[in-house]
Amino acid sequence: MLRIPCPCCGERDEAEFRYGGEVPGSIPQTDVGDEAWADYLFARDNPKGLVHERWCHSHGCGQWFHVVRDTVTHRIHAVYGVGEPRPVVDCSNESQADGGR
Amino acid sequence: MRGYSFPALVGRALRGHRGWPRAWRSAEPERTYDVIVIGAGGHGLATAYYLAKNHGITNVAVLEKGWLGGGNTGRNTQVTRSNYFWPQSAAFFERSLKLYESLSRELNFNVMLSQRGILTLAHSHHEMEALRRWANAIRINGIDSEVMTPAEIAKLVPLLNLDARFPVHGGFIQRRGGISRHDAVAWGYARAANALGVSIVQQCEVTGFDIADGRVAGVTTSRGSIAAEKVCICVAGHTSVLAAKAGFRVPITSMALQAMVSEPIKPCLDTVVLSPAIHAYVSQSDRGELVLGGGADGYNSYAQRGGIPLLEENLAALIELFPAFSRLRLMRQWAGIVDITPDTTPIMGATPVKNLYVSGGWGTGGYKAIPAGGETMAHTVAHDAPHPLIADFGLERFETGALIDEGAASGVAH
Repeated sequence: MLRIPCPCCGERDEAEFRYGGEVPGSIPQTDVGDEAWADYLFARDNPKGLVHERWCHSHGCGQWFHVVRDTVTHRIHAVYGVGEPRPVVDCSNESQADGGR
Repeated sequence: MRGYSFPALVGRALRGHRGWPRAWRSAEPERTYDVIVIGAGGHGLATAYYLAKNHGITNVAVLEKGWLGGGNTGRNTQVTRSNYFWPQSAAFFERSLKLYESLSRELNFNVMLSQRGILTLAHSHHEMEALRRWANAIRINGIDSEVMTPAEIAKLVPLLNLDARFPVHGGFIQRRGGISRHDAVAWGYARAANALGVSIVQQCEVTGFDIADGRVAGVTTSRGSIAAEKVCICVAGHTSVLAAKAGFRVPITSMALQAMVSEPIKPCLDTVVLSPAIHAYVSQSDRGELVLGGGADGYNSYAQRGGIPLLEENLAALIELFPAFSRLRLMRQWAGIVDITPDTTPIMGATPVKNLYVSGGWGTGGYKAIPAGGETMAHTVAHDAPHPLIADFGLERFETGALIDEGAASGVAH
């Protein structure tokens, strides 16, 4: 069970939230090729470790926001608003510390 | 390799089953191979086996970071079926089911295929219409499927509660579908591949690739560098991690898919029952345990354990369908990391790095694809051109837009 700290409502169970996936890069210009569009639309970093992702508190305030979470330990390192710069997170990757499993 | 047979079994039994030889040899890594396959799960081992058997390439190493068959091959729910919608998927998965039908003889290893049928349920009028379309598409693809009325379903699965919260409106069955023994598939391919000269190296994690001029020349591992002309990635949930080491990204999201088994009970369910709408499926293993599963956890994960909210959802749905199961205890619960693509069709074939191939994106349904996956990837690696059955499964489809949006891939919606 994830306990997600909504910036508006505080820490709540994951069941109240909707997942929005990894935060993608910026939208490419319209004149770039298919390769750049395929990369933007479909390719993902899908990291084993820290991921920047979108969540929406759909059964609460309805607000979208960003979470920095470790995909191995599920520990949430930071929460920040849409449009805000990415916070600096301590990169001592704990996934590596427990053998990468 | 000494063959397994009835006389061999009797002979050994008379001698107290002492002296059975090891089924395969766990090798030490050498400095160079013709082909390196990363991942000793079903797909990796099958690829190595068919490279040796169909293409005469025997100087092959299968590198495994953990132990043989310890990833998703040993964590899935063993469902074997080919009831897919699109022609490309249907042709591929039907080939796989056909190979499963003769696999025990092919490998001289009993994979315990039990074609007990797989029944898919509909819980509304509209869902039944969609299911009928799906069932008819399967028939047009030349694969068996039968639409069933609630009365026929009640006769086939007497324990099923047709008047559930979402009543059963009907369903369809693929009678050639069923289950097989997943460990036996890994062991069988390992033994057969090893007998043809393939080396299986366990506890050997690939940490990077040796790439020069856009061409792969080998891998670096936790046990030193190993050179190879060609390398094939068959690592399921960790496809993105290895692709990143080779310098490219793939359209894959890794998630945890959980499964569980109940305590063993007397035989009570002789088919596989699956409900896409309420996210639950169940079969009974030969040991008597009910094998249960459902949807994947709804967020990226590399933790091989599932979340409790989804477990509760799966079980609530299942108990509504089978009230008789409500008093059973769960023996075990676990999860595997599945690599899900946007169109839930696998990614097979070449990569941006020359001579580096990938077989991944199997999502929640890679087990049933093991024989055909191995056969077609071996062809692809040996000829440096995709096998006709997987010509449409390449990475380039995300640029051309020719996606194969295979909703049937998982059987349940993810």
